[in-house]
Amino acid sequence: MVQKLQTLQETPSQTAGPFVHIGMVPTYAGLSGIYDLEIGAATFVDGAIGEIVEISGTIADGSGALLRDAMFESWQADANGLFPGQDGADPKFSGWARVCADPESGKWTLRTIKPGRSVNRDGRQQAPHIAIWIVARGVNVGLQSRIYFEDEDNDSDPVLSRIEHKHRIDTLIAKKTGDGTYSFDIRLQGDDETVFFDM
Amino acid sequence: MSNVAPAESVPLIPRDRSVHPVAYDVNYKTSVTRSPKFPLLAMESTATEEFGPVFSQNDMGPLDNNLILNWTQGKEPAVGERILVHGRIQDENCRPVPNTLVEIWQANAGGRYRHIKDTYLAPLDPNFGGCGRTVTDENGRYQFLTIRPGAYPWPNRGNDWRPMHIHFSVFGSGFGHRLITQMYFEGDPLIYRCPIVATVKERGHIDRLVAPLDFGHSKPLDYLAYRFDIILRGNRQTMFENKPEGM
Repeated sequence: MVQKLQTLQETPSQTAGPFVHIGMVPTYAGLSGIYDLEIGAATFVDGAIGEIVEISGTIADGSGALLRDAMFESWQADANGLFPGQDGADPKFSGWARVCADPESGKWTLRTIKPGRSVNRDGRQQAPHIAIWIVARGVNVGLQSRIYFEDEDNDSDPVLSRIEHKHRIDTLIAKKTGDGTYSFDIRLQGDDETVFFDM
Repeated sequence: MSNVAPAESVPLIPRDRSVHPVAYDVNYKTSVTRSPKFPLLAMESTATEEFGPVFSQNDMGPLDNNLILNWTQGKEPAVGERILVHGRIQDENCRPVPNTLVEIWQANAGGRYRHIKDTYLAPLDPNFGGCGRTVTDENGRYQFLTIRPGAYPWPNRGNDWRPMHIHFSVFGSGFGHRLITQMYFEGDPLIYRCPIVATVKERGHIDRLVAPLDFGHSKPLDYLAYRFDIILRGNRQTMFENKPEGM
């Protein structure tokens, strides 16, 4: 026998199921008005610092079918690379949003502020990116991924540089489609599968 | 939303994947095409996962954690067995997780969800919406008043039924703590027939999702109580952390 450790194990995840919207985005599910304030509608309010960008795309499964029930949350630094809560962070920027696929087309759109370069504990800079966390029916543990930007310098990013299969880095890079607009398609499974993290 | 996250980021304890469900399970058919084939890329958390959104009790309405009354704004109570669901949220280091957002959603007493896509033949309850939310107190405690959801059949194998369950979404202090799970009810014989439950491969970990009847917290002539404690990832902090090389 040894001494007993005073630690606990994380509660097991379970799928969010097809009706995740009831709990997280009730208006989308047809429950508008149940809360006075529905959270996660936007990452910023008027007057936030930085460039407004619009990223849109789809989420496809291993057969190529688009998910119409998926939801993801996005989380990011402000235009100066500071996370809400850090000294000097933009008070008009919450950094967090909930994004749903359109129930008919499967297309999603995230309108946000383009993030700046954030700094890790070791002093290394991260290239501008938006963290996403995808939940849906059939997804047993929420999937962590990131959206980077084609028109930024991503070469020295500490996370991207750890990806062994270099051709897969491209799955994390949003393509510029116009002035302030980007496209980013997520693939849950297959040869062109998006890189998912365990961080 | 109020921004009072910690100003300093601390590395997360790597996730112990052995407690979690497998991504691919042929008996849960939807997982077959929605599970990544490539391994997840594991690395230490960064500032992005260590900070996260922060919510305040001020963002919540007075009935937000009362599913019996929140759909009708207090006018008419929902149909069903009245229950209190309560518990404590801690991290892997046994520290309470205060001021964190807990959201729940569930079917009504007949097993029907109020959702545009649910077409089960059990009727909607005009007095029941099916979602609630609250923020944990300084000791990590939360509570909801609701009705016990019904079991329901779902299209998977020939005759699959979901046990009675409540979906939980919890935040924690950083985006990397994010967790969604389901609470089951003590004594429900459908738990061990359910292919979604069975994506968790160890019985001991399944049992951690089953809330016991907490008779001591029931209220005579009003409601029964169930207790559901949740553990989130912890942060790794020692005297050797947070010092850049050479300092």
